[in-house]
Amino acid sequence: MNKSTSLKTKLLNSPYIVWSALFVIAPLIFVVYYSFTDIDGNFTFENVLSLTAYTDTIIRSVWFGVVSTIICLVIAYPIAYIMAHSKAASQRTMMIMVMLPMWMNFLIRTYCWMVLLQDTGIINTFLGKLGISPVHMINTPGAVILGMVYDFLPFMILPIYSVMTKLDPSIVEAAQDLGCNRFAVLRKCVIPLSMPGVISGITMVFVPSVSTFYISQKLGGGSFELIGDVIERLYLTPNQNNVGAALSMFLMILILICMAIMNKFSNSSEEGMVI
Amino acid sequence: MKILSKIYTFLVFFFLYIPIFVLIIFSFNESKSTSVFTGFSFDWYLALLEQEDILNALKTTLILAVGSSVISTVFGTAAAVGIDSLRKGWLRSATMGVTNIPMMNPEIVTGFSMMLLFVFASKLLGISDSMGFGTLMIAHITFELPYVILNVLPKLRQTDRNLAEAAQDLGCRPVQAFFKVVLPSIKPGIITGMIMAFTLSLDDFIISYFTNGREFQTLPTIIYSMTKKRVTPVIYSLSTLIFFSILLLLILTNLIQYLNEKKQNKTSD
Repeated sequence: MNKSTSLKTKLLNSPYIVWSALFVIAPLIFVVYYSFTDIDGNFTFENVLSLTAYTDTIIRSVWFGVVSTIICLVIAYPIAYIMAHSKAASQRTMMIMVMLPMWMNFLIRTYCWMVLLQDTGIINTFLGKLGISPVHMINTPGAVILGMVYDFLPFMILPIYSVMTKLDPSIVEAAQDLGCNRFAVLRKCVIPLSMPGVISGITMVFVPSVSTFYISQKLGGGSFELIGDVIERLYLTPNQNNVGAALSMFLMILILICMAIMNKFSNSSEEGMVI
Repeated sequence: MKILSKIYTFLVFFFLYIPIFVLIIFSFNESKSTSVFTGFSFDWYLALLEQEDILNALKTTLILAVGSSVISTVFGTAAAVGIDSLRKGWLRSATMGVTNIPMMNPEIVTGFSMMLLFVFASKLLGISDSMGFGTLMIAHITFELPYVILNVLPKLRQTDRNLAEAAQDLGCRPVQAFFKVVLPSIKPGIITGMIMAFTLSLDDFIISYFTNGREFQTLPTIIYSMTKKRVTPVIYSLSTLIFFSILLLLILTNLIQYLNEKKQNKTSD
């Protein structure tokens, strides 16, 4: 009996293990391999050393990522709270309304913002009609961050909301019975208990905003290149895959470090879905 | 306080929907302008029907989404059952760790690393133009698998192991026991996983962009190349149609869910 179950286990697992080895592990090994070799396959440190040329880009990416994550958190937390405390029917509607823009292609959404923010765009046309002189918005760091916040806001709202709906209302009642006012309830119960949602929201916004490309190309007008844009540019230039690999490796390590720091704050080791 | 939270909710949703309103309105614009509305017309919807490259890309995207989500659902469910039967130990944690990689890694790194693999493999095999539908399919299955596995695993853990054994004691073969007892109880997880896989595939741009070999276009990659040039409102009419199809799909699935819950409540009363 025992023998047959272990055979079954092996049969079920081996195809998946082989697939992962081929298409998850092997590509990562190639990233490392390409990072340390030149076009002819000779060992070199040149690619990694050439990354110093992108110091500004790297700092800018991390900075934009941090700022947009903070803005997302500030906007998302109250809305998640409001959603979780609404009637069941309106909760369902609001859930759909948050998810809907997420399923629109992010390229199109970003492009629409470009149309809105342009110097002769919709917002400025509207301001002109009100007699206000046009405001220059496109091709500024603010526009790029706005694009990131817009694209990734649902990723912050959903995990916080889903944690808040699971929050036991009797805990809040108990706190009130013990003499907590509104603020104290929020500070001592709601916020600490919703931390797992906040943490997964932060990772879900920070990772895509640090590694994004396209947003800064469209809303930043090419003057605020981010790590993702450089990787794309290197991919499109012939024979630059090795430097691209080195930058990808760097991005991966950067994200891993951030994740490790985030994991220090949360102790969940669940093997399950967040949403 | 009530009014304040209503205003806040309105503002957030307004922010989320302005670009979408803009594209819907301007998809009906008469002129080519994307900032001044000159008059109502269906011209850009008619123009869409004539763009064969877009229609082809739409077909590819749908085939890819259906194919990859079905394969990754079957494959992922089998893998989840396999992982669930593994005893706690290094193999289990290693498998779980590997499963998390495509979800944790930035998409651009996943895409770029797979591209390196495909380039290397085609060099090794001596094929000059290897990237296309096949590589897209492999890439999509790979990034969808974790979502299926992580949706099925919790359901498997909730399933009582004794049930399958009881079925076997009552004369089922192990395979029968799986299909008759285990599968029905993990079905919700499988369905959620499959829907997630499908929508992820439909919407994926970054990974497809690196693995399509630049010739083979899906809808998101063709939209990307369109926005690199001066954009015509054709892209708006296309997006409006996509928006309303997603809206319809979401309302339908929620309605079904709602009716099911209602039915369950009735029977339990």
